[in-house]
Amino acid sequence: MIPFDILVAVCVAYVVVLFLVAFFAERRASAGKVGWLRSPLVYTLSLSVYCTAWTFYGAVGYAARSGLEFLTIYLGPTLVLVGWWWMLRKLVRIGKTQRITSIADLISSRYGKSNTLGVIVTLLAVVGTTPYIALQLQSVTLSFSVFAQADSEAWQPTDLNATALWVAAGLALFTVLFGTRNLDANERHHGVVTAIAVEAVVKLVALLAVGIFVIWGVAGGLGDMADRIAASPIAETQFNGGRWVGLTFLAGAAIFTLPRMFQVLVVENADERHLATASWAFPLYLCLMSLFVVPIAVIGLATQPPGSNPDLFVLTVPLSFDRDGLATLAFLGGFSSATSMVIVAAIALSTMVSNHIVMPLWLSWQNTGATVSGDVRKVVLTARRISIAGVLVLGYLYFRLTGGSAALASIGLISFTGVAQVLPALIGGIFWRGATKRGAVAGLLVGFFLWAYTLFLPSFGAGSVMSASLLADGPWGIGWLRPQGLFGVAGMDPLIHAMFWSMSLNSFAFFAVSLSGFPSPMERLQGAQFVNVFEHSSAAQSWTHGMAEAEDLLMMSQRILGPDKAQALFQRAAAAQGKVGFLPDTTPAFLERLERELAGSVGAATSHAMVGQIVGRSSVSVEDLMAVADETAQMMEYSNQLEAKSEELSRTARQLREANEKLTELSIQKDAFLSQISHELRTPMTSIRAFSEILMDGGDLSEADMTKYSSIIHEEAIRLTRLLDDLLDLSVLENGQVTLNAQPGNLTDLIDRAVAATGSLDGSGNLRITRSRATEDVALVTDTDRLCQVFINLIANAQKYCDADAPQLWIKVRQLGPNVAVDFIDNGNGIPKRSQDIIFEKFSRLSDRNAAGGAGLGLAICREIMSKLGGGITYLPGQGGAAFQVSLPLAKAKAA
Amino acid sequence: MGRDVLLIEDEPNIIEAIRFILSRDGWHVQTHSDGKSAYEKVLDMRPDVVILDVMLPGRSGFEILRDIRGGGETAALPVLMLTAKGQTKDREMAESLGASRFMTKPFSNTDVLSTVRDLVGA
Repeated sequence: MIPFDILVAVCVAYVVVLFLVAFFAERRASAGKVGWLRSPLVYTLSLSVYCTAWTFYGAVGYAARSGLEFLTIYLGPTLVLVGWWWMLRKLVRIGKTQRITSIADLISSRYGKSNTLGVIVTLLAVVGTTPYIALQLQSVTLSFSVFAQADSEAWQPTDLNATALWVAAGLALFTVLFGTRNLDANERHHGVVTAIAVEAVVKLVALLAVGIFVIWGVAGGLGDMADRIAASPIAETQFNGGRWVGLTFLAGAAIFTLPRMFQVLVVENADERHLATASWAFPLYLCLMSLFVVPIAVIGLATQPPGSNPDLFVLTVPLSFDRDGLATLAFLGGFSSATSMVIVAAIALSTMVSNHIVMPLWLSWQNTGATVSGDVRKVVLTARRISIAGVLVLGYLYFRLTGGSAALASIGLISFTGVAQVLPALIGGIFWRGATKRGAVAGLLVGFFLWAYTLFLPSFGAGSVMSASLLADGPWGIGWLRPQGLFGVAGMDPLIHAMFWSMSLNSFAFFAVSLSGFPSPMERLQGAQFVNVFEHSSAAQSWTHGMAEAEDLLMMSQRILGPDKAQALFQRAAAAQGKVGFLPDTTPAFLERLERELAGSVGAATSHAMVGQIVGRSSVSVEDLMAVADETAQMMEYSNQLEAKSEELSRTARQLREANEKLTELSIQKDAFLSQISHELRTPMTSIRAFSEILMDGGDLSEADMTKYSSIIHEEAIRLTRLLDDLLDLSVLENGQVTLNAQPGNLTDLIDRAVAATGSLDGSGNLRITRSRATEDVALVTDTDRLCQVFINLIANAQKYCDADAPQLWIKVRQLGPNVAVDFIDNGNGIPKRSQDIIFEKFSRLSDRNAAGGAGLGLAICREIMSKLGGGITYLPGQGGAAFQVSLPLAKAKAA
Repeated sequence: MGRDVLLIEDEPNIIEAIRFILSRDGWHVQTHSDGKSAYEKVLDMRPDVVILDVMLPGRSGFEILRDIRGGGETAALPVLMLTAKGQTKDREMAESLGASRFMTKPFSNTDVLSTVRDLVGA
């Protein structure tokens, strides 16, 4: 018989070993050597927190009482892991991309970051888990008492409560030490997870050892064992199909809805791919755990005295055969099962309580909102530590209040049913975008209430919380409201009854309320993020603390800050960490600093998102994206303004350049014009001067010569005058200073006047003019004097330049659309094609100037006049001789 | 010493005036008023002095001057250039092309006569 104090010593030694394991795992992780710490095996073993003391001790008790039904507890998780592992993968992916810290956080985050939901789920989890923690304390206490009774000489732990208190305190200490080292709940607890993996191995080995002992040590091998099982009462237990289905469902849901399971499955997950390993390895683990349950139960029933607690067969069977070592191992297995559950549950619950209840309260109490900065970390850590202690205190109090009344298994199932109320909101949230916050609240409250009313409160026993009459007759004697016979459904198994009503009405409320409203924009965004998580994220980055991360950060920073500045920044940080010449560790302080530096260049939100993406501790959340979009919009606005300004500048520059070109061109034109004017003025002056000097000299000039020379002087003087007149006329026309004197007239009269003015009317000139008077009768209102001037000019040109032997000019009037056109066509050689373009330019006299006697301004003046009159003058090529067309809008012409 | 003058000018009244002035002093004046064929006329006639207007139909006086200075036999032919434009750049152009003298219109009759006399060293 093993002395009790040795057992206590072994127990303490085991705890010390666990402490060391956790400590070294933490050390390794913080040194960046994650290695096997994040292997799929450790992940799978950590999932074994599912197997609590209830599974370790209780499964045997369950089998002893209800036969093979205990298998459902293993069947549910197996089915989910094998058949629904893609759903778990979705949960894990969401957990990573959204930085989910707990199941309450997941639900809250999914439904638009609603803290109401966070609080509801937290309360549900606390209420549902507290009995479960109490159960673990009870199992440890009971197992101690088993040894104590056997060792009657030793210290008698009559005060079971004291044992439970010590265990609770020890667990609280362990959890605080290893569960609150990091603030970010999403940073994994390597120490805790590793210790739990070790415990998983211990409990499996212990149970297998006891199993092997009962088969080959007590019974006579497998054959004998099979006979014994067939002969035992277990073989006669009834198979209840409803309970099987219900329990399998509950256990399946529990694998991801239990707070501690969510913690190890999603939050502590290091790599999504580990799930693939776990999907076969964990069912295998469960299979091994369940392998010897029935043999132990059968042997226990056969060898232990009647009335002994079947929940303790795992311990009492080896003890009764004086197998102290085996019994100690079994004790450690049970101890492991209990402690691992309590530790993880306490971490999970404390995260929820501090994040969704304590912190919001503290923040609103502080009423400082955005100004909280540095000391928040301390507050959060303290809140979490207090929450851990609080959770364990609650568990202990529950243990004290119930006094270990209920059987282990029933407490476990009540807990399962409670947390399963999260299921509709969870599954709906990740698969259905139409799910709304109101729906989730409604479903959760309905489910929570029904669970408490039909299962949780009645579990305390008649007369404790609920009066016996209420249980028997319903509230106020209303029969169909009886907690265990709701809506007149009687005779159903209480658990299945509670599960049926709570889950179905929960789901109904969830869907009905969701469908009756619309999700808010935030809910819609989050909903899309959750439902389509695989489209929004790549396989989540696995967590590393290594060099690659710092290198990536440096590369990114170089792109943003420039190589010199980025390298200087990293070198300073490395020096500050005492790592001169190496890359700095990506400590929170360094990351914060880096983010600030980058924010100066790309904006705070973008910087946060970039660093987060590289470090892999967070994915970009919706808010991050919104903030990035805001920043980008601002930058774009700014750059648009710049662009507009630069466009304006270049437009101005272009205008200036054009103006300059125009001025230069005008200047050249002015020079050319002055040069032309000078020439045109000097030429007649030359003749005038020369001949006047000749005349002044006198001498032997004949009378005829004198007359001739005088007339030359006269002629040139007239030429000068005409030139000056033309120049002035053109200048007035070009400057727009001319006042048009519009008056009614008739084309016939105008042409008559022009012909008369050129002296062609009486046929004294040698130009013959042919007109078609019938077409000329067009009334018009215009400056008739100016129009006549144009006609005179054209007739005079024909007189001067027509080089035909019998010069002839046709004047034809036509109506061309809205215009009246007057064509002047002579029978000369016309104007060469190359010159047709320039004849309307100033001084563009083509032929010998003496023949013309003009300065080459006539057509330029005509063009100006016609443009002022709203018409035009063009040269008509291909008419045989020189041909000009004067056109005038008819509408204007007729407007009288 | 020859007294043959070729006047290349297209303005009839000016031709008339210069012809009168020079003829009265005993010069033999021939005239030509087309730019294109002016250089052939120079080669053909071999005058002692050429009076050359700048603005001519067909070809400018500057081009004709270039031909005269470029042709070996006419390279040293005295040329008096006349222009009505009177701008500095015309004068510079004429000098750079090797005009013997340059006068702007209107000119004084005595100046023309004395310049022509000068050019042939009479």
